[in-house]
Amino acid sequence: MSVRPIILENIVRIAQQQKKPLAPLTDELPLLESGLDSLCIAILVASLDDSLGVDPFDRDGDVAFPVTIGDLIGLYEHATA
Amino acid sequence: MPRPERRSLWDLTETSGLPPRRFVADATGRLALSALARGRTLAVPPEALRGQTVLLSSDRQLPAVAALLQLDGIARRILLCPPELAPAHLPAVIAEAGVDAIVSDGTGPAAHAAGATRTIGFETNVVSDPGMPGQGEIDREGPTEWLLFTSGTTGRPKLVVHTLGSLTGPLDDGLAVASDAVWSTFYDVRRYGGLQILLRALLGGGSMVLSQAGESVADFLARAQASGVTHVSGTPSHWRRALMSPAARDFTPAYVRLSGEVADQAILNSLAAAFPRSSIAHAFASTEAGVAFDVRDGLAGFPASLIGQAGGKAELRVVDGSLRIRSARTASRYVGDAQRLMDADGFVDTGDMVELRGDRYHFVGRREGIINIGGQKVHPEEVEAVLNQHPAVQMARVRGRKSPITGAIVVADVVLRPGSGSLDTIRDDILEGCRRALPPHKVPAMLTEAAGLEVAGSGKLVRRA
Repeated sequence: MSVRPIILENIVRIAQQQKKPLAPLTDELPLLESGLDSLCIAILVASLDDSLGVDPFDRDGDVAFPVTIGDLIGLYEHATA
Repeated sequence: MPRPERRSLWDLTETSGLPPRRFVADATGRLALSALARGRTLAVPPEALRGQTVLLSSDRQLPAVAALLQLDGIARRILLCPPELAPAHLPAVIAEAGVDAIVSDGTGPAAHAAGATRTIGFETNVVSDPGMPGQGEIDREGPTEWLLFTSGTTGRPKLVVHTLGSLTGPLDDGLAVASDAVWSTFYDVRRYGGLQILLRALLGGGSMVLSQAGESVADFLARAQASGVTHVSGTPSHWRRALMSPAARDFTPAYVRLSGEVADQAILNSLAAAFPRSSIAHAFASTEAGVAFDVRDGLAGFPASLIGQAGGKAELRVVDGSLRIRSARTASRYVGDAQRLMDADGFVDTGDMVELRGDRYHFVGRREGIINIGGQKVHPEEVEAVLNQHPAVQMARVRGRKSPITGAIVVADVVLRPGSGSLDTIRDDILEGCRRALPPHKVPAMLTEAAGLEVAGSGKLVRRA
């Protein structure tokens, strides 16, 4: 199963809860312009850890921090592959 | 020659009168104070322990209470060993305090402690024979040091030095209590909060119903009601659990006291609704700082006017956001530890953080419990206070969850009241209440339902995950 819809659903839900207006979600959209603040992203990472069982940031060594929505999805696709 | 002033626990108990109705009881035994006056429960005459450092070890509290009555003023030091002390800590405790003898009924953490110490038996049955001196005839000139264990949940507990004088200081607070009061507490009386209640019972001419490890809240409340308990204390966590029990409906205490944790408005309101004829007070106390004050107006927090008042029984200061206390009720020092208990001015830093809102200070949490969310500080207790306001929430625990993005995020476990339905149907409503009352970083990012939340032997919510 693809992680993409799960990530997008979570982004929409968290933005609603946090009352953050979201920009249209495209792969090219920079995360920092999406409307999500760092607290939203922190909640997203924890939610995905619970639903997917992975936290791609919880690794020894360097993790390239995702810049765009596409980067973020790629990071999880790679981690769950 | 005039007799020296009689100030020991036994002498003060005897001074308050020994009618046959006075007792100390637990779930399985009952000690009549008038019977103890003519006999003893120790296997040796108290005289044999004069000047010695004695550790009391038993699962039950009743034998320890009897031993305290017999040994205060005679022993050099008495260690009140709580039942959950890890046996691994015992050798260090025994060495540090210089324990000469373990007084035990064969149970408790030190029952099988190895070492050069001797073990003296005791029980709850009073032994009496005609040649034995009555308790009142034994010289108890003390002062005995009472060593209490701090209630920290990690690492080895520290030993805090009190005397009967520092422990009984708070009793002089103007609370009017009938002399036939029956006191009780959810606490173990070997903890500071429980010991306060025991001393109020013994010195005030009353009786005492002890809690018992392993007994359900319902059974304890039923036993308290059957024993005629009028005055009862516990932590807010104890009380939240008690209110979940149907047995609370039949319980009719005259006085309900909270201490040991932050008493939020929700628990004060719930208790007022459950016990409409009771007076309800919440006290601020810690093992090190003693009782600083109690609050009787039914409102959370305490009046700002208490800060900086001179000439009171306890002086209060707020420095760097934490409450500091100076009074004759504080412990004098830690045993065997270089760490100072007081600052240069004699104030004890409680580590409890307060915040001024209007004309009242509110407790926002422990300094060491702070959750740091991207540099913004959150006290779990302030979020719990908001969660507890929701009608469906019986009890809440808030903690930090590690986050690679912000260092931590706030998550919460809640116990729902019976009949509240599933959390999924009310999660949004509960969180909406949090969003109205709290800035976004303090609102729990995740809310999980728990069947129950663990309460430690100290009566406080267990906070480690």
